Amino acid sequence: MNIPGSGILKGMAVTALNFVGSFLDRAHAKRLITEQYPEERPTLPEASRSFPFLIFDGNPETGIRCVACKICEKECPPQCIYIVQDKDANGKAIRRPKVFDIDISVCMGCQICVEVCPFESIRMDNIYEVSSYDRFSALVVSKDKLLKSNEYYHQIHPTEADATDARIEAARVKKTATAKAAAEKAAAAKAAAAAKAAEEKAAADQAAAATTTQPEQPAQ
Amino acid sequence: MNFLENLPLAAKKLVLDLVEAACKWACAKTGITLPDWGLSLILSLVSVLLVIVTIIVVYLVMFALMSVLERKILARMQNRYGPNRVGFFRWRLWGLLQPVADGIKMLTKEDIVPRGADKIVHFLAPIVMVAPALMLPAIIPYGRGMVPIELASGILYFFALGASTELAVFMAGWSSNNKYSVMGAMRAIAQMISYELPLIMSAVVVALVAGSLSPLKIVEAQGGSILNWFVCTPWGFVACLLFYISALAEANRCPFDLPEGESELVAGHLTEYSGFKYAIFFMAEYVGMFAINGMLVTLFLGGFNAPAPFLSFIPSWCWFFGKLAFLAFSMVWVRATLPRFRIDQMLQFAWKFMIPMSFASFLSAAAWCYSGNAALAWALSTVIVGVPYLVLGRFCFTRHHAVDNRRYLYSE
Repeated sequence: MNIPGSGILKGMAVTALNFVGSFLDRAHAKRLITEQYPEERPTLPEASRSFPFLIFDGNPETGIRCVACKICEKECPPQCIYIVQDKDANGKAIRRPKVFDIDISVCMGCQICVEVCPFESIRMDNIYEVSSYDRFSALVVSKDKLLKSNEYYHQIHPTEADATDARIEAARVKKTATAKAAAEKAAAAKAAAAAKAAEEKAAADQAAAATTTQPEQPAQ
Repeated sequence: MNFLENLPLAAKKLVLDLVEAACKWACAKTGITLPDWGLSLILSLVSVLLVIVTIIVVYLVMFALMSVLERKILARMQNRYGPNRVGFFRWRLWGLLQPVADGIKMLTKEDIVPRGADKIVHFLAPIVMVAPALMLPAIIPYGRGMVPIELASGILYFFALGASTELAVFMAGWSSNNKYSVMGAMRAIAQMISYELPLIMSAVVVALVAGSLSPLKIVEAQGGSILNWFVCTPWGFVACLLFYISALAEANRCPFDLPEGESELVAGHLTEYSGFKYAIFFMAEYVGMFAINGMLVTLFLGGFNAPAPFLSFIPSWCWFFGKLAFLAFSMVWVRATLPRFRIDQMLQFAWKFMIPMSFASFLSAAAWCYSGNAALAWALSTVIVGVPYLVLGRFCFTRHHAVDNRRYLYSE
């Protein structure tokens, strides 16, 4: 039988359970799921992303992967990337950026720069405390702040970083193999040419200069 | 234990002795001869002032604590932390200094009076609100020998003063020159007058059984053990619940917070108030809530009596304030559980359920008093309150005039 007022008692029991449970729930599993932010930091999910950063291997001066090809600059939908290619002492352009700025007040985190980069050099960071009192210059992040090591990339996105490293490694292996094959081919061609030349020299007195292709330098 | 029991009285006596000594010293120093009646006049004035200051300080501290603990308890019931950051430099103190921050904020806000407002009434309303609220605690017995004013008709005084807050609410609503304020005030009047009846009726039940209107006599009638408390009888239990619900309504607490329903009426009669006057309204509301809870403790929960004789080593005033704290907690608990009434449901509940039930509890108490043996008294009074409860609970909230054959003019 439904006694009038029993619903109120049921509701009171629910709130009482919440009250007592919130003190007992030390693991914050079911109740009190609030993270008290400055003291407690969230463990971000691996796929979380905020703004792009540049990867270097080893030394930030020499190990920078970016070659200033400006594909990301062209592809960026809100146009927040600004790149100037570096030049050597003779004024000849070299494959390295002199200036690499990202205006993170404009960046929308779309990750298109990451998608288009052929050198695996730009990736998404997961920093989230980037607010500042100056809304112009402080939010334009320059190259020295953007450069972060490959180890850092492994820390924040381990799976993705492993995949990237495997891809680079595979490309390197493939490149070495083709270079090796090319070198072998060139050597064989040279040997054949030399043999042919000797044969020709021996057969007839026609001296001909054998043109040989230089073997390609294997990639480091 | 005797020391703790008598601590407040001993403190009062000490202060009075000090004042007396100071007066005599000053007289000797200046050469003025103070007549005996002059000294006794000074002493009685000081003793009255002491009581007043103590009451105000204790109630203001309770108000401050309640304002932060209410938010914390409510938060816990909703699986949140609540305010826990206001502290002292590095020390958080669980956010217990929140009322200090709130107070500073309130006092530094601009005091705005609308251009079209009736300025005098607008100014007077908070005063008319807070004065009776601060006078309410005067007749409540806080402990053995700790009744600020021993009135023979204390209950009458209490409810007469309590009813006068309605005037202040309507003054606030009317003088603000704001339609939401007036609507909130109208609702407040409707609500408070409707719930005044069951409130007083359930207090009259206790007066009937105890045979006195003096709060102290009523508390003494419930002495001994928990079995003698009026809440442990069928009529007392029902009257206690009725009193509690009416107290919720009188104190404008959830689920009866229609007068200031934020989601419907901006803030009712408080809409045009800001700064210190707003804080005064809130203070009056909370002091009134504590006072009416104190009256509930006095009438039904045995006042300052311990629940069992072996527990009487805990001072009587601790028992009183413990019961008061539990009731304050339960009001927050109710607030966390129940949603707000609709205005017609609220009035329906008052007139169709609360008032008949309070009459039933009155009859039940009469049966309890005048039936000879205990078993008959229990059976009779249980039946007299139980049957109306079941009948009213089942039938008074159903809509008999439900629209069944609705005709649509254009859509068919």
